[in-house]
Amino acid sequence: MSAPAANPLPLLERLPVALRDACTNWLPESWRWLANSLLSIVAVFVVFATLFALLTLAERKILGRVQNRPGPNRAPLPFLGLRTYGLAQPLADGIKMLTKEDIVPRGADRVLHFLAPVALLAFSIMTFAVIPYGRTLLPVELDAAVLYFFAAGAATELAIFMAGWASRNKYSLLAAMRALAQLISYELPLLLSVVPVVLVAGSLSTSVIVEKQGAWLFGILPQWHVFTPWGFAGFLIFFVAALAESNRSPFDLPEAESELIAGHLTEYSGFKYALFFMAEYFGMCALSGMGVTLFLGGWQAPFPALGFIPSYCWFAAKLLALLFVFMWIRATFPRLRIDQLTRLAWKFLVPLALVNLFTAAFWVLSAGWAGPLAFARWVVAGALVIGPFLALGRRLSAGLGPRSYRYA
Amino acid sequence: MLGSGLLQGLAVTAKNLAGSFHDPTRYVTTEYPEQRTKLPENYRNFPFLVHDDPADPAGTLRCVACQICEKECPPQCIYIVMERDEKGKALKRPKVFDIDISVCMSCQICVEVCPFDAIKMDQEYELATRDRFGGLLLHREDLSKSNEYYHQIHPTEAAGVDAALAEQKAKQAAAKAAKAAPAAPKPAAATRSTTAATPAPSPAAVTSPAPAATPPAAAPVPPANPPPTA
Repeated sequence: MSAPAANPLPLLERLPVALRDACTNWLPESWRWLANSLLSIVAVFVVFATLFALLTLAERKILGRVQNRPGPNRAPLPFLGLRTYGLAQPLADGIKMLTKEDIVPRGADRVLHFLAPVALLAFSIMTFAVIPYGRTLLPVELDAAVLYFFAAGAATELAIFMAGWASRNKYSLLAAMRALAQLISYELPLLLSVVPVVLVAGSLSTSVIVEKQGAWLFGILPQWHVFTPWGFAGFLIFFVAALAESNRSPFDLPEAESELIAGHLTEYSGFKYALFFMAEYFGMCALSGMGVTLFLGGWQAPFPALGFIPSYCWFAAKLLALLFVFMWIRATFPRLRIDQLTRLAWKFLVPLALVNLFTAAFWVLSAGWAGPLAFARWVVAGALVIGPFLALGRRLSAGLGPRSYRYA
Repeated sequence: MLGSGLLQGLAVTAKNLAGSFHDPTRYVTTEYPEQRTKLPENYRNFPFLVHDDPADPAGTLRCVACQICEKECPPQCIYIVMERDEKGKALKRPKVFDIDISVCMSCQICVEVCPFDAIKMDQEYELATRDRFGGLLLHREDLSKSNEYYHQIHPTEAAGVDAALAEQKAKQAAAKAAKAAPAAPKPAAATRSTTAATPAPSPAAVTSPAPAATPPAAAPVPPANPPPTA
């Protein structure tokens, strides 16, 4: 984590770093960085593992409520017997996963079969290193943080193929190939939607990107990237691609539990399966965190008057809101077919992301326009976003209008 | 416009999500073991035997062990042995009345063929047991339930049955009286008439809590049993 700034920060803002320093002050100077890093890792892991546990519950609760049922609400707290609206459900799930038999197929490559979930989880956790959780909370200060994030995120695809290959099961292998096709397809719009941010911010460092979004228009409107034409389009493309990258509905083809036999997870059971599940949620959290950082102003408060609330609270609020949208979308949309999935990526998102790059370039070039020209800047940029969207949408959905059923 | 359908879909799920917190028509779950819904009156699963006096369930069973239901039962899940005294004379009540509810298919034919309104369909559905042979074979004591219970679960049907039974009793009593009147009052006839007369008040006493029960003398009684499988 970066060194605490000078004194003007309020106590709550300084608290996490102050706590960490209090823990490591007794160490000699040369060892302190190591202890600090380890503490950061432990803190990130504990926070996100807890969040994972609560997210599994929240997801099932939200899905339940959307389907007009209560969701899990019966698991009692151990030794107390209190139901607490199912708060102990993650605990029960964890115990169930731990006590299940761990089956490895006879023909499987035992080492790779074991390594795949571990590698997947490891790569997922690595992505958490460069997300700025607060004004002073950045585990690793990297100049090329955005690049590092997407490199580590892309490595999870390797682990998925590892899982499919090591299982020695043709269904697993085919599913892993399909998953790979999906993930690589969506890698492109994901990266292309991020490039404009880098272009405008002029930096690959996540802390710089967040700080550049810190200004306020007219002293009240936040200058987050999502509130610009290119940022809005970029955020939507990023979000759709993030849905696909984290294998979330409606792009959960790799593990289409209602159609396939769990895809590359077919031969996994017990705690290894739980690790895959955990990695999926970690990936979702990491991509949401990156989306918040790049487009939603990171840890910045939405209004200057709300600056007294610590920055990490704002980050957490935005992250949870984005995760809620993930669940909301899961509750709403049916799964795409593989051809629809790849068509959406290559024919729609990639061209839009490329056009968006030009929009962002125009936005940067016209930064100095003032008065009526500033209005023209918004109009041109807006037309550059909406025009291609409408044109592409009309071309792609031609002939795909509402169906009429003759015998229905 | 492309994507408007997606937004409409999101609006639908959001409405359901919000509505489940304040709108009872959207949140319809009954938390079963704690909350129960009232079963519809015509719900039925397995048969039970009606007795008239809860103080003496075995003695007041309406069943006379005629074995019609046993013979009619399609899956043959009923087993009846008539009770006999030491001389071998039939006592017109069952010594054994078993129904294997693992075999019973809830067809209600036993109810329809019973001339004495002695067997009716129950609504008890929590019948799970750890003993699949003994636990699902119901004996006379398990099957015997009071007329009040019958009134609770099938009020309309039970009222009709009570009225019909009372009418039948009244007719029998009238016939007996008409038969006894011309003949000289012999002691044997007197005892017979009393035996015929004494049971008559007991169903009337039982029917008194029933709301639709009519006094036996009233002529416009609804014609007996409403057909159960109508």
